[in-house]
Amino acid sequence: MRRGRYPFIISFLALPLLVYGLFVFSPYLQTIGYSFTDWGARTPDFEFIGIDNYRRLAADDSFRGAFANSLFFFITLPIVTIALALFFAFMVNVGGRGNRAGVRGVVGSSVYKVIFFFPFVLSIAIVAVVWRNLFRTDSGGLANSFLMTVGAVDRDHPLLFLADPGTVKWLLLAVAVWSGTGFFMVLFSAAMASIPRDLFEAAMLDGAKRGQQFFRVTLPLLRDTVSVAWVYLGILALDMFALVYALTSDHGGAHEASRVMATEVVATGFGSFRPGQFGYACAMGVTLATFTLGLAIVQLRVLRRERIEY
Amino acid sequence: MITEAPPRPAAPRMLVPPERDRAGAMLNVFSHGFLVTWGVLVTLPLLWAVLQSVRTDREILSDPWGLPTSLHWDNFARAWTASHIGSYFMSTLIVVCGGVFLTMLLGSMAAYVLARYPFPGNRLIYYFFVAGLTVPIFLALIPLFFVVRDTPGIGLNTYHGLILVYAGYSLPFTVFFLHSFFRTLPTAVAESAAVDGAGHVRTFFQVMLPMAKPGLVSVGIFNVLGQWNQFVLPQVLMQPRSGFDADRSVLAQGLVALAIQQGYRSDWSALFAGMTIAMLPILVVYVAFQRQVQTGLTGATLK
Repeated sequence: MRRGRYPFIISFLALPLLVYGLFVFSPYLQTIGYSFTDWGARTPDFEFIGIDNYRRLAADDSFRGAFANSLFFFITLPIVTIALALFFAFMVNVGGRGNRAGVRGVVGSSVYKVIFFFPFVLSIAIVAVVWRNLFRTDSGGLANSFLMTVGAVDRDHPLLFLADPGTVKWLLLAVAVWSGTGFFMVLFSAAMASIPRDLFEAAMLDGAKRGQQFFRVTLPLLRDTVSVAWVYLGILALDMFALVYALTSDHGGAHEASRVMATEVVATGFGSFRPGQFGYACAMGVTLATFTLGLAIVQLRVLRRERIEY
Repeated sequence: MITEAPPRPAAPRMLVPPERDRAGAMLNVFSHGFLVTWGVLVTLPLLWAVLQSVRTDREILSDPWGLPTSLHWDNFARAWTASHIGSYFMSTLIVVCGGVFLTMLLGSMAAYVLARYPFPGNRLIYYFFVAGLTVPIFLALIPLFFVVRDTPGIGLNTYHGLILVYAGYSLPFTVFFLHSFFRTLPTAVAESAAVDGAGHVRTFFQVMLPMAKPGLVSVGIFNVLGQWNQFVLPQVLMQPRSGFDADRSVLAQGLVALAIQQGYRSDWSALFAGMTIAMLPILVVYVAFQRQVQTGLTGATLK
């Protein structure tokens, strides 16, 4: 063995460990610690207060609202995105004319993939500029203008869209689905392409219809990929910070109808309307992280059963 | 892998009865119908927003569905200077270049040592890095603000501070990805380099890194996109601390602020021009590396 092995190992690991430890790992641990204190901008000399912050969270109407909204996205975003992405992936991969070789992809499938995927690489800021203006509350908005022209909406009473507490959640969901579906479509599509065609051909010979093929052959073989996608979408759904912040008027906007846990953490820590309640915000962060980690553990332990080899 | 299955030899015709032909053709029209609809839903809003960037405010507000009558490139000049998109652009460029360089350097160093040098505590350090993969950034946000503010030589609203933070948060994935990549590289080359008298450091930079290029490209694109689009971290860490502090906002942050302010300033055309400027580099990277971006990002998720 060459000399200088340990000095080399230490010199290569020191800097990465320092950067990661200082800016990532230590703040994680600190947050957990601070969540049991009353640390705030007005109480820099904080005291240990046990689980009082968590008790307060459970009774805090505004956080409960945020929690409910996060839960809404947590449930709806994965379901809608995965359903759409699977549908499109199936269409692209086996929706082609089945006249000769039985099963094949549609013509131009790679063009569809390139277009569908694009919103996913765009910054949320760009997505926000587009959709804020599409959903403007006057006749200058694309959606309102269209609805007025076809006469579905009265010119004097344009739809409020993102400013309407009743619709804002659904529109945020729609924008999140709009930007994410292409990514998962490409993901599923890659997984489908790795399923041997013989399986589809065999199913076809046995008289399976397209629907049966999808539910009996494709879906079971995609289970691993779908479960990974589910976790990833769950994590995205629990975030939603940038979309909510950038798309709604007062960063959780429409009379706070769209606030989520992530926006609450930032608002409670650094918001302009409330003093910095750092300890309390830390407790919110821990609550949010518990759900994310729980999701990852469920995926690893429960969903990942035996792998299917082919 | 995103590769089309190789064309298979045509099955004998009798395998597929004629009635299935019609069903197949129907389904084909049906699938193209849905795919084209979604394609329009994806492109129309973006195309619309880009087209607004060369129209006047009057045109945008009075007829949002109209096409540009004459091209107002001055919107772009106004966005670049008066709306500070130019300065946001340069800030983003500095932070992303620095951030990605530092991420790749530190990430490949750590991943290489952890993948190729067994030593007591190796697995522990590996899991220490990988633990950061599933933890949301919001768990760190509050103390992070004070760590950046109070660590000597760093400070809030500084480029190098944000670069270090970006590198820190990009490390878990970069180490994880490159670790598995370095493990797959053959050991023989590194051994023969050692026989030739190359030290550990030289072997790494001159032999192993060039061999790891495909992996570095994948994870590099991933980091460029991730850091270019990052919003929460600059939003919290890059606010001017006083009236004398320079505005070092990055594009994502500046553009959102602009979109929110436009309601009061109503320079819509400059906003759309700014958005177009922000979209261009991403579009170029995406079109140039389209296949790597797709395989890189999706492959990354499945690991």
